[in-house]
Amino acid sequence: MTVATPSEHHGEEHHPDLRVPGLLTFLISESLMFGGFFATYLFFRGTTAVWPPEGTEVELLVPTINTIILVSSSFVIHFGDVAIKKNDLAGMQRWYKITAIMGAIFLLGQVYEYMTLGYSMTANVFANCFYLMTGFHGLHVFVGLLLILGVLKRSQRPGHYSATKHTGIEMAEIYWHFVDIIWIVLFSLLYILNQF
Amino acid sequence: MTQVEFPPNTPPEKNSSPKTVASHASHPQAWKWYDYFTFNLDHKVIGIQYLVTAFLFYLIGGLMAVAIRVELATPDADVLDPNLYNAFMTNHGTIMIFLWIVPSAIGGFGNYLIPLMVGARDMAFPKLNAVAFWLNPPAGLLLLASFFFGGSQSGWTAYPPLSLVTAPIAQSLWILAIVLVGTSSILGSLNFVVTILMMKVPSLKWDQLPLFCWAILATSVLALLSTPVLAAGLVLLLFDINFGTSFFKPNAGGNVVIYQHLFWFYSHPAVYLMILPIFGIMSEVIPVHARKPIFGYKAIAYSSVAICVVGLFVWVHHMFTSGTPGWMRMFFTISTLIVAVPTGVKIFAWVATLWGGKIRFTSAMLFAIGLLSMFVMGGLSGVTMGTAPFDVHVHDTYYVVGHFHYVLFGGSVFGIYAGIYHWFPKMTGHKLNEGWGRVHFALTFIGTNLTFLPMHELGLQGMPRRVAMYDPQFISLNQVCTIGAFILGLSVIPFALNILWSWSKGEVAGDNPWRALTLEWTTSSPPIIENWEVLPVATHGPYDYGHNVEIAPTGTPEVSA
Repeated sequence: MTVATPSEHHGEEHHPDLRVPGLLTFLISESLMFGGFFATYLFFRGTTAVWPPEGTEVELLVPTINTIILVSSSFVIHFGDVAIKKNDLAGMQRWYKITAIMGAIFLLGQVYEYMTLGYSMTANVFANCFYLMTGFHGLHVFVGLLLILGVLKRSQRPGHYSATKHTGIEMAEIYWHFVDIIWIVLFSLLYILNQF
Repeated sequence: MTQVEFPPNTPPEKNSSPKTVASHASHPQAWKWYDYFTFNLDHKVIGIQYLVTAFLFYLIGGLMAVAIRVELATPDADVLDPNLYNAFMTNHGTIMIFLWIVPSAIGGFGNYLIPLMVGARDMAFPKLNAVAFWLNPPAGLLLLASFFFGGSQSGWTAYPPLSLVTAPIAQSLWILAIVLVGTSSILGSLNFVVTILMMKVPSLKWDQLPLFCWAILATSVLALLSTPVLAAGLVLLLFDINFGTSFFKPNAGGNVVIYQHLFWFYSHPAVYLMILPIFGIMSEVIPVHARKPIFGYKAIAYSSVAICVVGLFVWVHHMFTSGTPGWMRMFFTISTLIVAVPTGVKIFAWVATLWGGKIRFTSAMLFAIGLLSMFVMGGLSGVTMGTAPFDVHVHDTYYVVGHFHYVLFGGSVFGIYAGIYHWFPKMTGHKLNEGWGRVHFALTFIGTNLTFLPMHELGLQGMPRRVAMYDPQFISLNQVCTIGAFILGLSVIPFALNILWSWSKGEVAGDNPWRALTLEWTTSSPPIIENWEVLPVATHGPYDYGHNVEIAPTGTPEVSA
């Protein structure tokens, strides 16, 4: 193949910002890892007579409150994204701080749930799956929390984010939505489906 | 895209080597040798880092293979302790797959060539790219460190319950190593997907994209979808070994077949991860050295995508003997046989490209033709085993070992060699010595057939795989295999010496020694940092041979516009 070498074109190119498509591609991959866990869980559920086995039932109150908090935090973080697009930096910071607090409450709620359940990860296959899946999800919430805190720290720098420059904010939001979606599937599988 | 006008009377010589592309020597910021040992962000440095590291692991894995064959020269376990034999066997497989073929074919060639082929200055995420590479050396060290804890002995599949009871620390190190290379593979793949989809120069139309790019795109999608599932399975295994869970412990409610599903959901596509980039290399090497437009460009591109899609639905054919129900055997037999169709499309397209071509028997072409013959052999034995009844007969025998070595050695390794002979001039500015290349090819070809052909017969006669001791009736064929393994071991020597010598003193190649038409040959050899002074404009397809290349239309500045 041959080339043109017009020197007057030099300087017009710019490296495109591809972080958002990169993150989306990565999250597709991540969801397949959770897919592996879901498949394992469903396999055990389908082949075990009593599920969850006696003595390892889940409690519902704290996880339900947790779910409400996490799902509504997805809306809260979106308000932050809307705010920065209107160049409202203070508004963005306010909404992201609320999201961070909600995320932290979710994690504390999960720790409380673990402490009060009365059985450990090694109890039986259901407990194995339960702790592994919720634990992995909790790890992802923690990472999302770190991303949000990172966004808040960077937003202190003057002019770091603006209506035209907010990819980092957007990425934290996308990741948070991803964590939320995974939780909805987890909650359906581990808590709701077992009520029937 | 904008069509570029060509004045019909453009002097051919004027643009055949663009003046503005600075040569390597005159460029003020060419990389020094020590830059290759640092956290460098240039995709070309990372590509070579991948290739060299992978080759070192190939030598280590190869020495393990020779040790295995020495042990198998006699029926008794007289050279290696059976546990050590199992550790060698496990780590040979693991290193060859995860640290040699996958990193060199995808990481090495992909990183070096993809930005050059699509006309980009670098990958989409250069830092992520470097991170992906630097996950590999610690993974290799973890594998080698496992030998100090007894060595992981459960085979490269690490099936429980065997992997739960032998050498727990070594097995944990093995798992961590695989998770590291898996992470590397995921990060690299997302980088390739975004680079190919978003960073192509606008003048390069989708149907002008080199077939290697299509192959890497399909490979990356496959890696993105399947690798995390293996990670999930390995995490469960790690918890079973170390934290008292019982996912795969049947006596505590667990189930070993789940592990097999999770494992093969990745590890069958891994076969295509290893062979699809090689198919891409073949599609580049064959038309250049046969001086013909590739036959069936679209068929080859689509068949890569088809292999990617169908490849995700065939994994259970590894589990025909694991109590798989009949309807599943039927579904997975059929889907397995269907993969042979797009693969056959490629094979026929290459043969049709060779047909009537003006073939130059360079070392790269020799390896490409060698690959064709071996891969047909490996593919046919694969079809025989894809059918459940035959598979049940030869399951876990040397027939399987012979089959996958024809595909992986005769397929992947030959392809990597072909790629190295083809692109070495671009990477270093020097040609490899053709005479030594021929010696290398002859030794490799003879060695491969001598080592792996008798294995089919051994398997049909019933010799089981993964054993240090065997029935004395198999001795003569095993000794043939061992002789072949030594020839294969020797074959690396002329290659390695050729690389070392040619890199510094070889014939100077020039920008385009093969007179190829893909974009990477439009820049200097080796390419300057940032690849081009000015990004190239694609003016015709990547395989438009057969016209007179010297006077092929040349892009000129759009001064009149």
